[in-house]
Amino acid sequence: MNLSSTEAVILIGIMALCTFLTRALPFMLFPARRGLPAFVVELGGSLPCAVIGMLIVYCLKDVSFSSPPYGAPEAVSLAVVILLYLAAKNSLLAIAAGTALYVVLV
Amino acid sequence: MNKNLAALKAAFPFTLPVLAGYIFMGAAFGMLLQSRGWGVFWVLGMSLFIYAGSLQFVAVGILAGGFRPVEAVLIALMVNARHIFYGLPLLGEFGGMGKERAYMIFSLTDETFSLLCSVKPPVGAEKNSFYFCIAALNHFYWITGSLAGFFAGAAVEMKLKGLDFVMTALFTVIFLKQWERGAGRKPALLGVGAGIVCRCVFGAQWFIIPAMGLILLVLTLARFFSARGEKA
Repeated sequence: MNLSSTEAVILIGIMALCTFLTRALPFMLFPARRGLPAFVVELGGSLPCAVIGMLIVYCLKDVSFSSPPYGAPEAVSLAVVILLYLAAKNSLLAIAAGTALYVVLV
Repeated sequence: MNKNLAALKAAFPFTLPVLAGYIFMGAAFGMLLQSRGWGVFWVLGMSLFIYAGSLQFVAVGILAGGFRPVEAVLIALMVNARHIFYGLPLLGEFGGMGKERAYMIFSLTDETFSLLCSVKPPVGAEKNSFYFCIAALNHFYWITGSLAGFFAGAAVEMKLKGLDFVMTALFTVIFLKQWERGAGRKPALLGVGAGIVCRCVFGAQWFIIPAMGLILLVLTLARFFSARGEKA
């Protein structure tokens, strides 16, 4: 923990407020049922997909591929998550098994 | 009171699928935050007031990264951008609600949204109370899961290394689900690509804002050019 409690409270408050803002925005902007600008609708479809892709990279940002173990635990655990999800179609099982394996590996 | 109890009884069975997911992911969050040395009130506060699964996992990293409020704003807005569209089909539904309306908007997570869009109040349950109970039950499961995870982690008393992989696994599964639906495969790849490029160029600490900028830029340009192509 590098943060003071006040700083942490501020950051959490900011994130809570921004989350509420995203949820409240349509109710603030469109009190009556009116059409949304086409660009906003399209962005609503594509932005979440892009952000999830970027978040995967964000999660792996500190992995070093140039020094041992060359990201091997991450690669193996990620492969287990993917294969298990595709085979069993069970999100929680895939997440739990992949994480457990990773904890064992590192 | 009786009316509310009836609504609660009517709402509960519909929330059972969310119960399992929220207890599990909430527990993973609580355990993760505990393993980073944060106390129980931080876990409670975040699950109570932020109440957004993906963002709370990312927040664990933000809180470890130093005091960067601008980054917190941008990440919170981008990670939750999808919520902007959840309100639209519910504008009418929430229109008639009184004091519960603000809470309904606050608690509009992915799971609550999909429940509210798919279930109809059974006969005998008052609509507004029924919707409110669905939202409140889900929120309650998330908080309960977070606290359970915190206490489980504290009881084991060993700081499990590598627990943050739960976040990687979560986003990977969401990614796969989106991929299977066939919607937004190009943006999904764009997100991964922009992330990798900016991670290499800007380094691990500072890449997230440039990556988000790049994503928005490419999506805007793609839209601009496809619109021009249609006109020509």
